[in-house]
Amino acid sequence: MENKIQMRFLSVPDNVSLARVTIAALAGQAAFSLTDIDEIKVAVSEAVSNAIIHGYQGRPDGWIELTGTIDKLGLSIVVEDFGVGIADIEQARQPSFSSDPERMGLGFAFMESFMHGLYVESTVGKGTRVEMQRLATVQGELSRDAQ
Amino acid sequence: MTIVHTIQGNKILVALQGDLDLTAAPPLREALDELLDRYREKALVLDLSEVHFIDSSGLGVILGRYRKMAGRPLSLIGVRRSVRAVLELAGITAIVSVTDITRPTIKEIKDQHV
Repeated sequence: MENKIQMRFLSVPDNVSLARVTIAALAGQAAFSLTDIDEIKVAVSEAVSNAIIHGYQGRPDGWIELTGTIDKLGLSIVVEDFGVGIADIEQARQPSFSSDPERMGLGFAFMESFMHGLYVESTVGKGTRVEMQRLATVQGELSRDAQ
Repeated sequence: MTIVHTIQGNKILVALQGDLDLTAAPPLREALDELLDRYREKALVLDLSEVHFIDSSGLGVILGRYRKMAGRPLSLIGVRRSVRAVLELAGITAIVSVTDITRPTIKEIKDQHV
């Protein structure tokens, strides 16, 4: 099963749920359990929330692009904004780092924990691109002959 | 996000319904702060049995209230599996009392349909 979706939406908080529900529906077409999909939803939510809060600093008129791809290996998600960018990506990925005291900087930590690969590219003044992968887990038994 | 509060003895019981994310965080923060300011001696119990999703924005509201309460008891009840996974990853289960949602027994389900 291979499929791909692309969405472009404004940086308003209501679109965080739109993004995660869309990706959950796409993930439902691949070999993911309900627990896997719950975790993928958290990662998407964090990436889009980061774009709104940090990329556009709460401004509701920025564009966010979401791409989701499923193939035989699993799911790949790209969240891209065209906002202020991140000056120091390594610092931003530290769990304790946050410009908002109540968010605790857990966004990247959740993305790293719930996904199987996280790549962040950013240019100050141009924007940030976050790419995440989640590998599908296929369980089964080999037949007696195959063993 | 629907927020319903009940005062029960020395507890403020707050039942939440909906996803705890960036959209829900500001109104929830405001509602909880108002309750904590109004009932300064009471413990806070958040009923999450109708919350199926939480991310770091929602967690931030809970941890922010925990800090603000400075020793007043805070507990989370009715926690679903999907929510517990996030709470555990953030280490909240180590500092706040967390009780899972209880599944009805087969007898209870049968009794409801009699």
